[in-house]
Amino acid sequence: MRWEETVVEEATADKEDTSAPETVVQSSVPQPKDDFQEELVIRPLHSGDIYASFQFRTLWETDFMRGNKVSHYRLFPKSLGQVISKFSVRELHISFTQGYWRTMQWGQPFLPSPPGAELWVWFQDSVTDVDGTWKELTNVLSGIFCASLNFIDSTNTVQPSASFKPLGIGNVTDHRFLRYATLPREIVCTENLTPWKKLLPCGSKAGLAVLLKSEKLFHSSFHSQAVHIRPVCQDWQCKTTSWELRQTLNVVFDLHTPGQGKLEWSLFKMFSRTLTEACPLASSSKIYIDITDDPQGEQFEVSPATHLLSQAMVLGDRRTFSVYDLTQQITFGTVRSLNLLIRWKSSEDMLRPLLHAERYVAGYGLQTGEIHTLMYNNHPYRSFPVLLLDSVPWYLRLYIHTLTVTSKGKDNKPSYIHYQPSKDRVRPHLLEMLVQLPPNSVTEVTVQFERALLKWTEYTPDPNHGFYVGSSVISSLVPSIVAMDTNSTREQPLFSSFFPCKEESSYFMRVYTEPLLVNLPTPDFSMPYNVICLTCTVVAVGYGSLYNLLTRSFQIEEPSPGLAKRIANIIRKMRGVPPL
Amino acid sequence: MAAPLTLLLLVAVTVRAALYRSSLADLISERVEVVSPLTAWKRVVEGLALLDLGVSPYSGDVFHETPLIIYLFHFLVDYAEITFMLADVITAVALYLSVKDYNKQVFRKQKYALEADRYPLDCLELIRSPKEMQYIPLKVAMFYLLNPFTILSCVAKSTCGLNNAVIALFVLSTIKGNVLLSAIFLSLATYQSIYPLTLCAAALLYLLQRQYIPVNLRRFSFWWFVAQYAFMYLGSLFVIVGLSFFLLGSWDFLPSVYGFILSVPDLTPNIGLFWYFFAEMFEHFRLFFLCVFQINVFFYTVPLSIKLKEHPVFLIFMQLAVISIFKSYPTVGDIALYMAFLPVWSHLHRFLRNIFLVSCVLLACSALFPVLWHLWIYAGSANSNFYYAITLLFNVAQILLVSDYFYAFLRREHHLSHGLYLKRKDGSEATLVLK
Repeated sequence: MRWEETVVEEATADKEDTSAPETVVQSSVPQPKDDFQEELVIRPLHSGDIYASFQFRTLWETDFMRGNKVSHYRLFPKSLGQVISKFSVRELHISFTQGYWRTMQWGQPFLPSPPGAELWVWFQDSVTDVDGTWKELTNVLSGIFCASLNFIDSTNTVQPSASFKPLGIGNVTDHRFLRYATLPREIVCTENLTPWKKLLPCGSKAGLAVLLKSEKLFHSSFHSQAVHIRPVCQDWQCKTTSWELRQTLNVVFDLHTPGQGKLEWSLFKMFSRTLTEACPLASSSKIYIDITDDPQGEQFEVSPATHLLSQAMVLGDRRTFSVYDLTQQITFGTVRSLNLLIRWKSSEDMLRPLLHAERYVAGYGLQTGEIHTLMYNNHPYRSFPVLLLDSVPWYLRLYIHTLTVTSKGKDNKPSYIHYQPSKDRVRPHLLEMLVQLPPNSVTEVTVQFERALLKWTEYTPDPNHGFYVGSSVISSLVPSIVAMDTNSTREQPLFSSFFPCKEESSYFMRVYTEPLLVNLPTPDFSMPYNVICLTCTVVAVGYGSLYNLLTRSFQIEEPSPGLAKRIANIIRKMRGVPPL
Repeated sequence: MAAPLTLLLLVAVTVRAALYRSSLADLISERVEVVSPLTAWKRVVEGLALLDLGVSPYSGDVFHETPLIIYLFHFLVDYAEITFMLADVITAVALYLSVKDYNKQVFRKQKYALEADRYPLDCLELIRSPKEMQYIPLKVAMFYLLNPFTILSCVAKSTCGLNNAVIALFVLSTIKGNVLLSAIFLSLATYQSIYPLTLCAAALLYLLQRQYIPVNLRRFSFWWFVAQYAFMYLGSLFVIVGLSFFLLGSWDFLPSVYGFILSVPDLTPNIGLFWYFFAEMFEHFRLFFLCVFQINVFFYTVPLSIKLKEHPVFLIFMQLAVISIFKSYPTVGDIALYMAFLPVWSHLHRFLRNIFLVSCVLLACSALFPVLWHLWIYAGSANSNFYYAITLLFNVAQILLVSDYFYAFLRREHHLSHGLYLKRKDGSEATLVLK
C-alpha cells in the first residue's frame, strides 16, 4: 500500500500544472520531511553465540503537539502518531524481552532491556492528570502490541527521581511527568512480534525485516524487541527538531554446533532467509559485522567479502566493522540474494565489562528475607558513581533501617537516597541511591523484607510459582577508553547514536539485574466458607455464653414430673381441677 | 509488704535482663504471637529511620504507632530495654497498689453487710477473711511480672507493654478515686488503641459508687458527674491528638493508626480471629463482617455494665478480657494484663467449672503455636489451616475462661443473697441452673 502512495505522490508532483485544484493545494503545502534507515549489526560473542541487533529508524520533521492535526502519515506509523498526539507524550520507551542478558559472557548490549515488559514515558508539561493519562496510554499500547500491559496500574508504577532522564531533547526535568513500570512476568511471543513488524514502513516484505521470522527468532537465548520514540535535534544548534521512532530488535542465537575448529554462522542458518533487496523506502540500509577482534582476517572469515570498512565508537570502545550496503545492487551479486557467511574461531578472554550487576534473595522460610544486589566495578583504577533504582512490590515490606551498602568489606554510604515507602495495595516501594563504586571492587546492597499474607483473591492462579520482583536498574556514566563523540547530529551508525553523549570521557550505560521470584505464604484457597463458619462459631460461643449469663438468673431446679403425670396435669387443667 | 514486692521486682528485672542479653531476644522479637504490626519494635525503629530520611513515617504502611511513641522513642531509642522493663515494673506496682486498695474496700463493705445481717447464715464460709486476702496484691504483681507471656512481650520490646502500663495506671487512679487522673489515663489508653474506650463505663460506675452518687438516670447528680468525667476525658483526648498533630504537622497519623486498627488491611497472622477470616473473606461481604467484628468488641459494654453495676472492678476485668480476645491485632501481652487480675477472684475457685480443661487447652495451644508456625512457614509441610485451628482453640479457651469466672462470680453473689445450701420444695438438695 505504501508503494502505491509513493507512486501517487510522484504522479501528482508531475502533473502539477494540469491537475485539479485540490491536488494543486496539496503540492503547494510542503510535506514534512521524513527519512527511514535500517541496519543490522552482527557481533560474534566470545562464548560462541552470535548477537544480531536490528534497528529501524524513522525521522519525521513534524510537530504532533501544535494545533494542526497530522493526517497524512507516510513512513511514520499512524497508530503511534495518534498515541503521541492524543496522550501528549514527549518520550516513550517500551521493550519486550524474553531471556536475561548475560553480561559476563556476552559483554554489553547496544540497547539494554530487562526481562519481561518495560515501559517508561515522559509526558508533556501540558498534561494535567498524569495518572489518568498513564492508565489510558497503557491500555492503548496493550492493544497496539497485543501484550497484557493493562496489568500496569498504580501497584507497579513508580516515579523515579533521578534514574530515567529524557533521552531526547528535554531540559525540563519535573519528575511528576515521568512514569516507569515493568511487568517481569510478561512473555514475548509471535503475537507481539507481528504488530511490531506492522509498524515498519516496508512491513516484513522488503529490506532487513524479511529476516524477522518468528520460528527462528524465538528459538534463541535472548530476544528483545523495543520501540523508542523521542524528539531529536536535526542540527548542531537544534534549530529544527524532528520526531524519531526507533524500532530495535536484539537477538542472541545459541551455539548449537559442538566440536573443535571454526564456528560457522550464516544468515540463512540464523534467520532461515536470505536478503534480496533493501527496503525501497529506506534512505540507508546496511549490515555491519563486528570484526574488531580480528582485523587481519586470520580468525575471521566473512563471505561474500567486502571492502567497505567502518569504524565507530560504541560502548566506550572503538570497533571496526565490515559494512554491506544493501542499497547497492552489487552487494547482492549475481544470484540476487545475500547470504552472509561468517566463520571464526572463538578466541581468548574478552575484555571484562566495566559494570556488571547481580541480584538474589537470601533467607529461608516464608516470613522474612533479604534482597542482595551486587554491583561489580571492573575498572582497574577509576571509580565512578552509579544510580541504583529498585522498585519492590508492596507485599514485600522493606525495612529501610536494615539497608547496608558495603564495598570491599567497609561501609559505603550513598550520597543520595530517595526512598518512597509503599502503601498497601496502592503503590510499590521506590528506592533510588547514588553509590560511588570504588575501582576493582564489589559493592553489596542488602535490604531486609517481610512477606505479607494477601487476601485469597489477590493471588495468581498459580500462587506457588511465586511473585516476581522487577529488575533493578543501574544507570551510570562509565569512563571510556577512547574519546566519545559528543555531536549527536553527525552521520553515524544507528547503534552508536542511541544514548546521547554529553561528555567525551564517559558514556552512558544502563544495566538491568535479574528479576526475583519470591514465594509468599498462602492461605488455603479451598476454605473460605469453612473459615467463615468456624470463626463465626467461635464468636458465637463467646456471645452465647455471655448472653446466657447476662440475661438469665439462677433458679432452683425443680425436677419435672414424668410424662404420664404431665399429661394428667393438662387434662386436669382443662377440667378445672388442681394439678397433681 | 514492700520487701516481698521489691524482691519480686528484682527477680523479674533479672529474668528480663538475662533474656535481653541472650540470643533469644532476636528470635522472640520476630514471633507473630508476641508482636503485631501495631506493636512491633522493628517497625518503631523503621519509623524513626524514615523520619531521619526526611520521609513521614505515615506515608508508608509499615509504621502504625501514635506520634507520642515517636516523641518518646526519639529520645529513648538507646534506652529501649530499660524503658520496657520500667513499664512492666510500673504496671506491676500500679496493679499491686490498686488491688490492695480494692481489697480494703471489699473487706469494709463485707463488714458493713455482716453487721447489717444481710448475709444468710449458711454462707459464712463464703465470707472472706483478711488473712486470705493478705497476699493477693503480691500474687497479682507476681502473676503479671512472672507470666511467660509478659516476659516474652517485654523481651520483644513490644509497645503492648507501654499500653498495659497506661491501663494499669488508669485502674490505679480509678480505684484511688482520682477522677481527673482516671480520665487522663483513660484518654491516653484510648489514644494508643481505640478499644479501652469501653472502660469508660466501668470507671464511671466505680467513681459514682465511690462518691455515693446513685446510678439513677433521672437524677441530676448522676448526669452532672457523667458530664464532668466526659468533659475531662474528651478534653484530654483532644489535647493529646492536637499535640500529635503538631509533631509532624499533618493529620496523616489518623488514617495510619486508627484507620488501620478499624479497617484491618494487614493480614499478618496473629493469635486473634481476624486475620484468616479476612484473608478468606468474599470481597462482597468484607465491609459487613468488618463492621460486625468491630461492633462485637464494643457491644458487650452496656449489657455488662447493667449486670455488673454493683461490681465495677469485675466489670473492668471482663472488659479487658473482651478487648484482649476480640481486638483486631491481639498479642500475648494483652492476655497477660487480664490474667494478672485472676488472683483477685481466687475465692471463686469452688464455683469454677471448666478451669482444668481451660488451663490444659491454654498450655497446649501456647506450646503448639510455635510448632505449627514453623511447620507452615519454614518446613512447608503444614499449611495455614493448622495455625488457624490453634488460634481458634486458643480463643475458645480464653472465652471459656472468662465466662467461667463470670459464672462463678454471679453464682457467689446469688448464694450470698439466697444462702449457700439451697433446698428444693421437698427438702432435698437443690441444683442451681440458669433459667
